[in-house]
Amino acid sequence: MTSVSLPTRFERPNAVAFLGYALGLTLVFWCLGGAGFSIEKMVSAPPRFADFVDRAFPPNTDPKTLARLGWKMVETLQIAVAGAVIGVILSVPIALIAARGLVAGLWVNQITRNILGFVRAVPDIAWALVFVVAVGLGPFAGMLAIAVDTIGFCGRFFADDMEATDKGPAESLTATGARKLDVVACATIPAAMPAFVSTSLYALEKAVRSSTILGLVGAGGIGIELKVGFDLFDYPTAMSVILMIAVVVIAIEQLSGWTRTKIIGEQR
Amino acid sequence: MFPPVSAVDIEVQDITKSFGSTAVFKDVSFRLARGEAVALVGANGTGKSTLLRCVMGLLPVTGGQVILLGKNATAAKSKALRDLRARIGLVSQKHNLVPRLSVLSNVCHGLLGRSPSIRHWGHPVAPKTSREAAMHALEKVGLADFATRRADRLSGGQSQRVAIARAIVGKPEILIADEPCASLDPSAGEDIMDLFFELARGEGVTVVFTSHNIEHALRYGDRVLGLAGGSMRLDATAASLSASDLRGLYD
Ligand SMILES: Nc1ncnc2c1ncn2[C@@H]1O[C@H](COP(=O)(O)OP(=O)(O)O)[C@@H](O)[C@H]1O
Ligand SMILES: [Mg+2]
Repeated sequence: MTSVSLPTRFERPNAVAFLGYALGLTLVFWCLGGAGFSIEKMVSAPPRFADFVDRAFPPNTDPKTLARLGWKMVETLQIAVAGAVIGVILSVPIALIAARGLVAGLWVNQITRNILGFVRAVPDIAWALVFVVAVGLGPFAGMLAIAVDTIGFCGRFFADDMEATDKGPAESLTATGARKLDVVACATIPAAMPAFVSTSLYALEKAVRSSTILGLVGAGGIGIELKVGFDLFDYPTAMSVILMIAVVVIAIEQLSGWTRTKIIGEQR
Repeated sequence: MFPPVSAVDIEVQDITKSFGSTAVFKDVSFRLARGEAVALVGANGTGKSTLLRCVMGLLPVTGGQVILLGKNATAAKSKALRDLRARIGLVSQKHNLVPRLSVLSNVCHGLLGRSPSIRHWGHPVAPKTSREAAMHALEKVGLADFATRRADRLSGGQSQRVAIARAIVGKPEILIADEPCASLDPSAGEDIMDLFFELARGEGVTVVFTSHNIEHALRYGDRVLGLAGGSMRLDATAASLSASDLRGLYD
């Protein structure tokens, strides 16, 4: 009919690509093996899960229990807010040192960033274990863990935020003969402020999520109730805890999103 | 007539500037007598802004030296360099105001060089004399009524006026302007140039400004320097030049 030839529907993979696919697939199966993946357990799970749901529902709504859980939740939020606020405040001077071309030399920037990377790489629950050893069981250990976790996060992102600001105002202030620190305080930080607010609100959301499980290792908050509930097979109470955590975390996310748009508008 | 040679405010001696291996300009020299207004002209990308940054020590020079107000700025340590900068006012092509802060706070920042202090971070904490000086500077640029307005809520022309107020609040001996009206529409640009030179002449300060507007260079400059192809191709009094003499620089 015509001289145009239809392209083949699928290109034949070349040898290298084929080897790549095969390797990738092998890797996935290897991981599934390592993770103890078992069809048998998958099949037996739904009935067992149904059994759990059956025993957990309805959740415990005994007023006395709910009051106790409520107070534990308040403690959880106190840990989260106190830790996040301290972390955010300490992050500002650390970020100043970590930001390139601001007040410290390149070597100092890089070393600070590496330390922050290490702090982020250690999971929050591991920090909590460390602080339980250092200051003993209780919410104070949890607050310290949240503060350190927040520094790892905000220190890095505050530094990035400051590096990304328009350099014009800083140059104009340098030209007036201002000192480096004055330039940073008057030009760089005000310009980075919306980004700081946004990053800090994310840090708060993260802190609330973390603080709900710190109790698992004895670092305060509602996590301990979850552990006790499961240990004593008191599933209705455990279910109340889970639902409470979900409600609070979602509420904090909504609140933080609302605050973000209120304070800095739609811009990021 | 030029003032006597002893009153030289800016002396640039054979400065060279390279970024990596690419030279922007080479062995550029000129001197500015006190009270003189000099226009630096040249096509876009010839290095006018870079030259001004080198003069203020905002960029290190690759070779040569700059003498500001009788002191060697190239060899100066950071404190001495800051003291020199405090005696110079800079207005850039972009107004470079700090957004979110008030107009008055932005003007107070102009005093950070003269008296480095946390009290000049913003007008609410500034000493009374500084707030008065800042208001006075705003009055000179006709924006006294805008003192408490946020700096990012101004028009382009108003922003540039605030930038001028910030540059003059510290009573500089030299004013440097890098295409002060390039980001404005022509009529607002004329207003800014008129205002800038009215203030500069009134205070008797030495002025360097860059422009790629030939009429501006001839109208406002006593002397015209022309940068082209990485070297200073022209240094003549404005009266001795015509617009066609300058057009040659842009070829
Ligand atoms: N920080 C920098 N790094 C590398 N090249 C630069 C830098 N600043 C300016 N340049 C280059 O130097 C040349 C002169 O730029 P500029 O001084 O802005 O010119 P003008 O102000 O005359 O338009 C341009 O080619 C520009 O790309
Ligand atoms: Mg320029």
